[in-house]
Amino acid sequence: MIIETVGLAKEFTVYRRKGRLRRERRVVSAVGGVDLRVERGELLGYIGPNGAGKSTTLKMLTGVLTPSGGSVRVCGLEPVPQRSRLARRIGVVFGQRSQLWWDLPLADSFALLRHVYRVPAAEHAARLAGCRKLLDLDEFLDMPVRQLSLGQRMRGELTAALLHGPEVLFLDEPTIGLDVISKQAVRGFLAELGGRGDTTIVLTTHDLADIEKLCRRLVVIDHGRVVHDGSLAELHASHGSRRSVVVDLDAPWPDGLVPVGATVTAIEAEGRRVTLTLTGATAGEVVAQLAGAVALRDLSVREPDIDEVVARLYSASR
Amino acid sequence: MANPYLRLTVAQIRAQTQYRLSFALDTVAAALITLLDVITVFLLLSVRGELGGFGPREVLLITGIAALAFPLADLAVGNIERLRHYVRTGLFDAVLVRPLSALLQLLAMDFAPRRFGRVVQGLLIYLIALVVAGIDWTPARVLLAVLAPVAGAVFFGSLFVAGATVAFWWIESGELANSFTYGGRDLTSYPITMYGDVFRRVVVFGLGFAFVAYLPALALLGRPDPLGTPAWLHWCSPVIAALAATGAGLLWRTGIRHYRSTGS
Repeated sequence: MIIETVGLAKEFTVYRRKGRLRRERRVVSAVGGVDLRVERGELLGYIGPNGAGKSTTLKMLTGVLTPSGGSVRVCGLEPVPQRSRLARRIGVVFGQRSQLWWDLPLADSFALLRHVYRVPAAEHAARLAGCRKLLDLDEFLDMPVRQLSLGQRMRGELTAALLHGPEVLFLDEPTIGLDVISKQAVRGFLAELGGRGDTTIVLTTHDLADIEKLCRRLVVIDHGRVVHDGSLAELHASHGSRRSVVVDLDAPWPDGLVPVGATVTAIEAEGRRVTLTLTGATAGEVVAQLAGAVALRDLSVREPDIDEVVARLYSASR
Repeated sequence: MANPYLRLTVAQIRAQTQYRLSFALDTVAAALITLLDVITVFLLLSVRGELGGFGPREVLLITGIAALAFPLADLAVGNIERLRHYVRTGLFDAVLVRPLSALLQLLAMDFAPRRFGRVVQGLLIYLIALVVAGIDWTPARVLLAVLAPVAGAVFFGSLFVAGATVAFWWIESGELANSFTYGGRDLTSYPITMYGDVFRRVVVFGLGFAFVAYLPALALLGRPDPLGTPAWLHWCSPVIAALAATGAGLLWRTGIRHYRSTGS
């Protein structure tokens, strides 16, 4: 067990202005009792709507914020009291907060981090060489960080977080604001890293494609509480999301035709495009039934849409 | 040079020298300000001939200790006032996820080499003051002559840290801290006999400012205090400095636990 939290909670006291001088004191619960157990080598997606408590949880796991309740252990350490020792064993990429030196060339930031983490030169060089290859760093290694594009900077941040060989890598929205190519580069790199199995990865994101492509396990948090913990398939199963078959026809859809084990959920293009949601039958069985009844021109099978499921989950827990 | 803090400091100096013109202007401005400080003291002396019962040479010694102690503290710790910026923007997160002391990291990362000029000027003033003050040198006084500005620097440094720590609770703390640090510098540059009774008791003794320059200067000069403090107290500035540093350290540790970061 590399990460274990029991009833982890964080409350903030906020003051709201009431009149000219009076202020109203309110206690807001950002994280309200999160139980999380992560095994070594897992790649965990941690998602939730804005303000759900994702970042707050991550900051408590990394020793940035002091929890107001519950217990937390990462790598067997208590994050806040043992902050420095923990910092050596984890890597952190906060999308919005750079770990790099703004005015120095990227290569200099990496050299500095070697001393900050006291990494032996050979180890450092080997890891850097690996990242340079996988993340294509060479073309901008000598540029000051302030001149890098967001995608280049994010690749730099990832490298910076890994040069000391962390056991756990925390990523807070690593793909936010990136273009398609950079997103793919980051995802590909994380998939490769996660595939090796020696680094535990916890990532928060709003881009559910990150989750689909990377994470076997998905933890959904809303209003500071875990509302789902399991695989993506389990999420679909528990929320009744189903696969569907979309068919294009030569002639309009005959009224009243309902194949066994499926329901008609949409009829478009003057009856020539029909969406059938599978309610028991396999896609093959439905297609076989249709082939006898209508003139099929084209068909496709659609996986359930993760965005839709998650949107339903967010609104259900409200 | 394996020390990570030293590395961070050097990196910061290199980053700053990227903005050469700004660096040069800062250095020139700092030199001018120190010059003005000294001129102020001499102007005051030239008008009155004495200040609070102390002659020019004695006042120069008091001013000299403060003129070295404050820039030393300012060079080493003054940049901690940037903590406000780190706390407000949430950049402090990045400091906390590194395996180093948060306080020393901030000091190293924002090290301002332009403040070095003032230390050199302060040192010159102090050396001149020591020569002209007519001190009856004993081994204990030599030790105190070395320790007094250092203890004063630790005292001011503690004020800087304590003042900056307020930002953990109150982000708009603004210039509150500066009134203690920069105000304290001006306060300690003169014989405290000049000040009103209540102010002297509450601020100058109560908050420890008397121990920065005035009391050690009395010990160096071997002069009894017109205010009647016992002679052994004049040697106590290192103790007071240590107490102040401990207090500031405790406040800092408490402050970090109250860090709230920012959204996302």
